[in-house]
Amino acid sequence: MPNRSLLLKILSAVILFGAWEIAGRVPVSFAFPTFLESMAALVRMTADGTIFTAYAETLKPLIVGVAISTVLGIAIGLWVGLSQFFDWLFSPIFIVMQAAPLAALIPLLVLAYGIGLTSKVLVVCIMAMPVIVLNTSSAVRNTPESMKEMGRAFLASDTAIVLKIIIPAASPVIFAGLRLGISAGFIGAILSELKITPTGVGDIITYSRSIADYPSMYAAIFSIILLAVLFLNLLEKIEVVLFKGNQRGYVSD
Amino acid sequence: MVMSQTKAAFGQAEPADYESAVSARNISKNYGAVEALRDLSLEFPRGQLTSLLGPSGCGKTTLLKIIAGLLQPSAGEVEVNGHTVTGPGPDRAFVFQDFALLPWATVMRNVAFGLEMRGVAKSEREGIAAKYIAEVGLSGFEHSYPHELSGGMRQRVGLARALSVDAQVLLMDEPFSAVDEQTRRKFQEDLLALVQHENKTFIFVTHSIEEAVYVSDQIAILLPRPSRVSEIIRPSSFRSKGVDNIRRDPEYLDIVDQIWASLRSYVE
Amino acid sequence: MIVFGYRLPGMSSLIVWGLLWELVGRLKLTFFVPPLSEVVATLYTVIGTAAFQKALAETAYAFLAGVGFAIIIGIPVGILMGKNRLLDELLLPWVNVFLSAPLTALVPVLMVLFGFGMKAIIITTTLFGIWIIILNSRAGVKQINRSLVEMAHSFGASPVDAFFKIYFWAALPEILGGVRIGIIRAVKGVIIGQLLISIVGFGALFELYSANFLMGHFWAVLIVLFALAFTISEFLAYLERRVSYYAAKR
Ligand SMILES: Nc1ncnc2c1ncn2[C@@H]1O[C@H](COP(=O)(O)OP(=O)(O)OP(=O)(O)O)[C@@H](O)[C@H]1O
Ligand SMILES: [Mg+2]
Repeated sequence: MPNRSLLLKILSAVILFGAWEIAGRVPVSFAFPTFLESMAALVRMTADGTIFTAYAETLKPLIVGVAISTVLGIAIGLWVGLSQFFDWLFSPIFIVMQAAPLAALIPLLVLAYGIGLTSKVLVVCIMAMPVIVLNTSSAVRNTPESMKEMGRAFLASDTAIVLKIIIPAASPVIFAGLRLGISAGFIGAILSELKITPTGVGDIITYSRSIADYPSMYAAIFSIILLAVLFLNLLEKIEVVLFKGNQRGYVSD
Repeated sequence: MVMSQTKAAFGQAEPADYESAVSARNISKNYGAVEALRDLSLEFPRGQLTSLLGPSGCGKTTLLKIIAGLLQPSAGEVEVNGHTVTGPGPDRAFVFQDFALLPWATVMRNVAFGLEMRGVAKSEREGIAAKYIAEVGLSGFEHSYPHELSGGMRQRVGLARALSVDAQVLLMDEPFSAVDEQTRRKFQEDLLALVQHENKTFIFVTHSIEEAVYVSDQIAILLPRPSRVSEIIRPSSFRSKGVDNIRRDPEYLDIVDQIWASLRSYVE
Repeated sequence: MIVFGYRLPGMSSLIVWGLLWELVGRLKLTFFVPPLSEVVATLYTVIGTAAFQKALAETAYAFLAGVGFAIIIGIPVGILMGKNRLLDELLLPWVNVFLSAPLTALVPVLMVLFGFGMKAIIITTTLFGIWIIILNSRAGVKQINRSLVEMAHSFGASPVDAFFKIYFWAALPEILGGVRIGIIRAVKGVIIGQLLISIVGFGALFELYSANFLMGHFWAVLIVLFALAFTISEFLAYLERRVSYYAAKR
């Protein structure tokens, strides 16, 4: 069967959404709407534009935060990867940040920066940045020694080695770090909308919960998960196209 | 002083009237506590191919990288055309054991890399690269990426890259170790032709006794760590008999046996 | 980093950062950053308080329960997926979806379904940790050498025997790798859960501190949390290195 994998994907979606539908009809809980009710709510919100205004709001801190984390994270990562001193100085900070539950900083950020956009952007940044920095620096550090040696043997200047060998060699891993960072950024963006002030999608979730409009609440959650997953998958596809053969090229046989 | 040490070490080498393109003088190299080379001296005649042969880990790559200027010796110095080596230079080109190709660059860009680093204009360097790509038999693959090539083809890219910068000295670190036997034999023949046609000095590292005897004008046998030159052998008569007859030549077979006899004690 | 021939230990730069923190605090640049020494002094008093100990106990409980479920459910599911192609194809898309989904969005659902309490936090923790455990266990089983499996069959191992004596052990290094990442994610999950359901554990404590502007207390608790999380992650990495020696030899 040529389309077995596609068929099974559809089948598995049908099973999951079917189970959701049935659980909603039983119902397992008063707060558990059926799949169809939730989808109807989603269609309604899309039709009256609520969802678009909500996303315009939600994506603002996400985009700003991810942009800052990308630029700053890659710059710091390159720096840390290239210089032993900065490695010594900065790596521990980011290693601890990577392991630590940084969400715990949110109450402090709110005290310091209020409940506005700044706090939300900062939340996205602290979630997204460590993995970007760590991936970049380790990718730079792990550039195959023989490639750098080759550069020197053919008289490449230090700048040329960084620009023409180290950065291209590191870019697949940097990109993968970016994807992980964006994934963490989504977590941060939603967390800040739920914790700091309900705006955007967080507002739909919080508000519809308070008035017990569960279908709308589930619809909003469904949509944000869908958006995140689709976007991250898209990035992964881009990654595959962009760096086709890049990693395999290191093999020496 | 250099020559006297060499003469003392073996009986066969004539006190050659060859001019040295590269001389390594009293080279020592320590990696921390590991003493890789100790007081090694060796002359590399211009226009000829010298093989470095020796057991694994004896320091062949180390010596080659010191000549390339990629490593600093702990003591001693290397002279290339009368100039002391302080770092990589345009007079030497390296063929890497693991190819060291840029996986994101096409064959064309890889071959032209050395010229690009020398600031040669794009159209000019691509012209030169195309010529050497054709010379190593890769025409038609200019726009392929390394992962689309076989091991032997990748090796040829590395070779074309080294040839295209037109350095006088080619340093080749086990260049044929990753290819199958048939390809290897083909490469060896090509290499012989190359030595004959290009007036370049080749320094060639190999594990294979047969290969060394087959391609070399001069074979330097290195002993295990700390490594010195134990013997220098200059095959003389069979080189002129044509590539097809070398492997049947009695001198060829004798030299192979002789080298094996002196190396076997170091192989457990 | 090597200075005057002496190799500085890996994390030693944290001392520099600590000093910088002290300096910023002493200069009273901002109300939000009290000097480190003050924070450390507060740390001692905070650790003794009943509120802190209660928060720590509740967090530990939620964390251990959540991680426990993630491991107990995740490993067998992953192994089954690795063994059974149909199951694999049915479940894998969803595992991948939840692996990259912003799970914070699901916490409100858990809150309405399971109440504003421990249960929802435990489930949040499990949700954060389980997917990578499943995925790695699956990958571990997938790479098992076929001849190992055939060996088991040829010696007449029952399916149950094969499951516990072959698959589990052969996939152990990957499984442990997954468990390590899963646990690190679970640490984040338990805190996120407590922040959103802020009447238990550190969530409640943070509310208390920020309502009273107790900056020293805040930082003290953060230091404890970060240090704990870091210790857990380093310890697991150490364990993983211990088993990797035989992973290399398979
Ligand atoms: N970067 C390094 N650090 C420490 N020791 C090294 C390093 N490079 C090489 N050595 C040591 O120096 C010795 C010589 O290494 P080298 O790579 O030159 O050997 P080789 O003759 O090329 O071996 P092979 O034939 O296996 O390639 C080896 O014993 C090795 O252990
Ligand atoms: Mg070598």
